[in-house]
Amino acid sequence: MRDERGALKRPLGLRLWLSGSWLTLLFFAALFAPLIAPKDPLMQDLFLGRMPPFWVSGAEPGFWLGTDSLGRDVLSRIVYGARLTLIVAFVAGVLTCIIGATLGLIAGYYRGWADRLISRFVDIWMAFPPILFAILLIAVLGPGLFSIILAIIIIDWTRFARVIRAEAMSQGAMDYVASAQVAGRTKLDTMLSEILPNVLPTIIALLTLEMGIGVIVEAILSFVNLSISTDSPTWGGMISEGRTSIHQAWWVLVFPLITLFLTVLSFSQLGEGLKDRFDPVLR
Amino acid sequence: MTAYLSIRNLTVTLTGGTPILRNVSLDVVAGQVHGLVGESGAGKSMIGKAVLGTLPRALTISTGEIWLDGVNILTLRASQRRQRIGAIAALIPQDPLTALNPSKRIGPQITRRLVDILGWSKQVATARALDLLAEVQIPDPVRVMRTYPHELSGGMRQRILIASAFAAEPKLIIADEPTTALDVTVQKQILRLISDMQTRHNTALLFVTHDLGVVSKVCDTLSVLYAGKVVEDARMYRFFMRPIHPYSAALLAATPTYTDPTGSLTPVPPKVIKAVEQEIQEHDMRARR
Repeated sequence: MRDERGALKRPLGLRLWLSGSWLTLLFFAALFAPLIAPKDPLMQDLFLGRMPPFWVSGAEPGFWLGTDSLGRDVLSRIVYGARLTLIVAFVAGVLTCIIGATLGLIAGYYRGWADRLISRFVDIWMAFPPILFAILLIAVLGPGLFSIILAIIIIDWTRFARVIRAEAMSQGAMDYVASAQVAGRTKLDTMLSEILPNVLPTIIALLTLEMGIGVIVEAILSFVNLSISTDSPTWGGMISEGRTSIHQAWWVLVFPLITLFLTVLSFSQLGEGLKDRFDPVLR
Repeated sequence: MTAYLSIRNLTVTLTGGTPILRNVSLDVVAGQVHGLVGESGAGKSMIGKAVLGTLPRALTISTGEIWLDGVNILTLRASQRRQRIGAIAALIPQDPLTALNPSKRIGPQITRRLVDILGWSKQVATARALDLLAEVQIPDPVRVMRTYPHELSGGMRQRILIASAFAAEPKLIIADEPTTALDVTVQKQILRLISDMQTRHNTALLFVTHDLGVVSKVCDTLSVLYAGKVVEDARMYRFFMRPIHPYSAALLAATPTYTDPTGSLTPVPPKVIKAVEQEIQEHDMRARR
């Protein structure tokens, strides 16, 4: 009869470890940026422009990852840039998730006219080119943190709605949902207490993926100078500035790029890892 | 002899008008088991679903009455109907693998009904659930209450579903092919278990199956269904001795026997099928008028 799978302590797995550690590191770096950053990220010193990272000869002590063309410390700017990136990732990710997943759940479980309405709306929405749409939106609203978050939500809620709708539909056809209804429970109650726990692993995986996408969208927008004020350091902004001096100072471009890459990768891997871990059937 | 479930002239149609159930009437009496047999697609499960209010979206009840313990539930408002069904009826589903919520532990899935329907406290409900699990012969109920469905075998899950169906002492239980998804040795145990539980709790049981062998073991009365129409309504003994309707007789003749293992199976003769179909067409004509 029962095997002891439930009692087994499973190791966390390399994937969860690596992605989790990187994101934790980033989180604390962002939280304690003033304590961690070796320099003021905005301080310019034209005499110290384009200093290479520490292992290259000619490096200036104290500027671990070199400086950009205005003499600003690359490491400090990356650390401060993490603040904006993480705020955008979390806030935009969570809000997108709540809006999209709620609509998807309703469409997939209630079906009928609610489903028709939501699904057609999603179809129409997805016909817009997303990045163009975001750029247009920010051009109208004006750049700023709020605009970026709003742009991400508006572009990406359909992803949640579609996936969660499909998932809720297949769960809704299961016998345990029928049993709950036979037991006299309301549709809303059944949706929240029977369907939701079973689509939660998918929601979590999508949420972390969405945070990664939030990071990318924010970078793209700063790259085209539509993020928050040009003064405050952002990874996308740094990449955009580094692009102009790639032959003289590759580090200005490469370090923010690596950070960005690792962060997005970590978000998606964290999501997959968590899904595997919390899916009761795969467990 | 009070009938806990009386269905009168129930007609269920597909959107567009194709009838799925045609003028079905049947009674399930306290303490008795009523079998519902027929080929796949005959509408057996749909009768159960119509009673429990879980018909697929595309089907609607066009005419008829469903009396559940003295109240025609089709005249109630949706919320009242749901409550009445919850208080009086329960379901033993076909597939034990999808009938338990995979993300919740067994314990709360059983006690939830008791707390909801009978308004019991958590502790009382848990004690009752433990008793029931012991009654359906589950070893170590305390531990099983804490497990997730995927940790248990199909037979164990079906026992849990039986316990859960009987938990709130419903007057009527609808068993929708409860042994189809299980292998033969487990089938026999589960059948005996359902039968024992039904006798002990004096429940009315509507037993949906395509297996005449199963019917002969557990049922007191039965209805034979063809294309959504009851072609014969009979007491068990009489049915197996002298089936009246030619289709019933052909169905009985088609059952393989243990005494003649080498004998080939007898299909239902085309002549009989044609006759039943004729009968159904005539019925539809009359219904349209």
